[in-house]
Amino acid sequence: MPGPPSLQIHRSASRSKPCKYCRTINSHSLPPAPDMKTQPISNYLLQIFINNEWHTSIKGKKFPTINPATGVKICDVEEADKADVDEAVRAARAAGQRGSEWRQMDASSRGRLLHRLADLLERERAVLATLESMDTGKPFLHAFFVDLDGSIKTLRYYAGWTDKIHGKTMPVDENFVCFTKHEPVGVCGAIIPWNFPLLMFMWKIAPALACGNTVVIKPAEQTPLTALHTGALIKEAGFPPGVVNIVPGFGPTAGAAIGSHMNIDKVAFTGSTEVGQLIKAAAAKSNLKRVTLELGGKNPCIVFADSDLQSAVEETQKGAFFNQGQACTAASRVYVEEAVYDEFLRLSVERAKNIAIGDPLEPRTSHGPQINQHQFDKILELVASGKKEGATLECGGCAVEDRGLFIHPTIFSDVKDHMRIAKEEIFGPVQCIMKFKTQEEVIDRANGTQYGLTAAVFTRDIHRAMSVSAALEAGTVWVNCYNALHAQAPFGGYKMSGNGRELGEYALAEYTEVKAITLKLSERLTL
Amino acid sequence: MGVWGVFCSRSCPAGCNIWPRLTVRVSGPDLRESVPYPLEFFTSKPTISSHQTAAKIFINNEWHDSVSGKVFSTYNPATGEKICDVQEADKADVDKAVQAARLAFSLGSVWRKMDASERGRLLLKLANLVERDSAYLATLESLDTGKPFLSSFFVDLQGTIKTFRYFAGWADKIHGSTIPTDGEYFTLTRHEPIGVCGQIVPWNFPLVMTAWKLGPALSCGNTVVLKPAEQTPLTCLYIGALIKEAGFPPGVVNILPGYGPTAGAAIASHMGIDKVAFTGSTEVGKLIQEAAGKSNLKRVTLELGGKNPNIIFADADFELAVEQAHQGVFFNSGQCCTAGSRIFAEEPIYEEFVRRSVERAQRRTVGNPFDPTTEQGPQVSAEQQSRVLELIQSGITEGAKLECGGNAPPSKGFFVEPTVFSDVQDHMRIAKEEIFGPVQQIMKFKTIEEVIERANNTEYGLAAAVFTTDLNKAMNVSAALQAGTVWINCYNALSCQCPFGGFKMSGNGRELGEIGLKEYTEVKTITMKMSGKKS
Repeated sequence: MPGPPSLQIHRSASRSKPCKYCRTINSHSLPPAPDMKTQPISNYLLQIFINNEWHTSIKGKKFPTINPATGVKICDVEEADKADVDEAVRAARAAGQRGSEWRQMDASSRGRLLHRLADLLERERAVLATLESMDTGKPFLHAFFVDLDGSIKTLRYYAGWTDKIHGKTMPVDENFVCFTKHEPVGVCGAIIPWNFPLLMFMWKIAPALACGNTVVIKPAEQTPLTALHTGALIKEAGFPPGVVNIVPGFGPTAGAAIGSHMNIDKVAFTGSTEVGQLIKAAAAKSNLKRVTLELGGKNPCIVFADSDLQSAVEETQKGAFFNQGQACTAASRVYVEEAVYDEFLRLSVERAKNIAIGDPLEPRTSHGPQINQHQFDKILELVASGKKEGATLECGGCAVEDRGLFIHPTIFSDVKDHMRIAKEEIFGPVQCIMKFKTQEEVIDRANGTQYGLTAAVFTRDIHRAMSVSAALEAGTVWVNCYNALHAQAPFGGYKMSGNGRELGEYALAEYTEVKAITLKLSERLTL
Repeated sequence: MGVWGVFCSRSCPAGCNIWPRLTVRVSGPDLRESVPYPLEFFTSKPTISSHQTAAKIFINNEWHDSVSGKVFSTYNPATGEKICDVQEADKADVDKAVQAARLAFSLGSVWRKMDASERGRLLLKLANLVERDSAYLATLESLDTGKPFLSSFFVDLQGTIKTFRYFAGWADKIHGSTIPTDGEYFTLTRHEPIGVCGQIVPWNFPLVMTAWKLGPALSCGNTVVLKPAEQTPLTCLYIGALIKEAGFPPGVVNILPGYGPTAGAAIASHMGIDKVAFTGSTEVGKLIQEAAGKSNLKRVTLELGGKNPNIIFADADFELAVEQAHQGVFFNSGQCCTAGSRIFAEEPIYEEFVRRSVERAQRRTVGNPFDPTTEQGPQVSAEQQSRVLELIQSGITEGAKLECGGNAPPSKGFFVEPTVFSDVQDHMRIAKEEIFGPVQQIMKFKTIEEVIERANNTEYGLAAAVFTTDLNKAMNVSAALQAGTVWINCYNALSCQCPFGGFKMSGNGRELGEIGLKEYTEVKTITMKMSGKKS
């Protein structure tokens, strides 16, 4: 590994213009390797962002953020706690009060601001991707092509919605006129995870701002850097002060303050099911704030014998190992039909062994480190449980020697549904492959979980595709693909994978209150 | 007040080298500080320095001469002088354009395979380019139509830019639905583009109408053959250059300057055009619909004439009503399908309303469109001018009281004085026919029932307005009026988010808003047989 990373980013890297049509990474579309030797990020990007200004923490505390690829501290960030959240909420309330600039702004102008923010993200794309890669350990090219692309598209998509959030008029009985207005909810708290820091930031703020809310958002303590950098861009784009406030900090302090704040009208959380339950309980105990949750998953992939096996192997494996398995959508339960089970397993293992593990900033790398020691230990503990409970370890199953937090892509075969690795969310590069015989059986087994986030089915048979996708209890079902997420399509969980939906038109409903206005007339309207 | 400046001189931004080089020399007061935009210029006397080349026909992102070799001239209605020649498209050129549009629409083409969000990006880029060139486009628009520069700049250009931006946002939000059909079936719908859309736009708002047509058509993924009015082809052709610069694939937009009976008729009856959208007179609208029926049953949307009632109750905010009613009829020299040309004022305020309206009309400044104090420019052509004057004459003959105006001021341009008639009766021609000129008819009414009936007693049904502070009156009258748009205590409050179109003979279908997308999509129902059924 290279020496201690410097806190310096080559600004001109952001001038790179990758081909926007490129889906595959080839030498022509590579952004220039980030040169970490020029001007430093200014210190203000490491502070709390309230009212379009940078603040130190009220308690005077800071916390370090670590590069998981090297274990070396990148920098210290001001730590927001309850008092800072209070400040942020005050700012957000003021920004969203009646008669404020933000509330009086034309809906189409809100759209213009979101477009401008998207433009700025495009300008800073290489810088943000570098920061994201350093802070999360994810391969730079993934950050550049997946996280940044998704972030920009999400902003643009919701930029288009701002002036299309329609109420209705209703033909009510008697001499009344009734119409609805979809109004912003108010101050929206958002708590986002460390696996896709920037993308989750945009999934939260884009619909919230499109609907005219104000936001207090807490990035994960492991990965605050891209969020804070975005704060500067939000200011540059011209959002009024207080519309977006960013409070880097920890869950039990800043996060809990958001969850139970009396002046926050809605909270959106992405993270573990366990914490999701705390958030919902806190919302109920405080002010019944609206809650949307996007939580864990133990997502089944069902591979039928009639599928394109090569493609099924690739898609399920990408689904399992993408982002080092640190995805709520991770394809961690793969059910393969008996007839092709052995072949599927052979191809999967062969493929897993060829995954390029290494320095995330190196363009050839497709597999980086886990986010931190805690996660690393948890994954290896679950791997050990798999071995103990009798699953066959086909490959991986251990850390990369002398490489800190890196874990080899791991495949278990002969996994039984009762094993911990088949039931618990591992959040690591571990693929569990199971065998099934009948469609009815596999549907029951796939649904036999408290989770219901995503699922996939691989088959060439149209009847099977339609009936299995209808039967699966999951918010998203992919047919012959995996992780095909789009800003236009809703995303969220059945059962304990969450409440509500993000993305698509559906997300707008989570960020608006519907007001029915009924006028009594002195006589009936002529029809 | 100093004489200063030479303003913008531009050739085609895409460097196609055939754009007539307009250099407009300007002199006049320096308004740079009073206009909230970094205008580099203001002009009171635009002159054209060179126009050796005729503006061309835009097909397949290339510039073409007409097949027939014919050209026509476009004039500055404020001076009657020729601006430049334009290649004249006829049937053969329309055929070429349709061929290009069909190819661009063929299955597997770049345009058909493009992500919907990418179509949105292109439209957004087009909006940005229009914004970049808005000073130039506003100048060109004023030169060609005679409308005041400030109107062009703040109304037409803003409307154009906003419309493109609005429909840019829709591109990836045109949702089909999934439907819980009975039996063992599963149904989903796709909203697909119709195909090649013919679009014929009028001369009163050349750019805005171009945007109203192109915005939804392109957002939905159609290809377009568009004919600007022969009086005002310049800004529309300039949009062609911007379409190319924005990066739309060749053939997606084709622009054919030409005449109605030739190029327009060819579009309406073309077997290779799947839909036609027309904005213009009711008379021509009927011809278009008939041609569509006789040819290939192409889909038709029409946005036609209006004789729009504006009802002023005694309880209305009087100042507001006088001013809005004035603007409502005189805006754009009265050349609006939305012109509020039948004003019904309630008896108790009638006299005062007439008095104040006349006073306001007499204050209306008519003159050079490039003078920033000008409120009203000329009519678009000598023909329109004489038509308006003829209708004014009929009003006098039929016994209405001419309160002010009524004449053409001495000028080489096609001006008509702001004209107000009182004591107008519903049977008079000026109360029934669309005048399309600066002529305000003020009638008297006594009861709500009476005024609703009189307001609706017309073949038209485009727009209407009611001025009152009474909630019940506002809601009841707006519900009773037969019009596609009703304004309450405002007039001409159009926005790209809201549907616009006519009841009765004012049109078919709606433009703008979400509903505008419907007119540019075919819904495909896909029903799949399922084995078994699950809810």
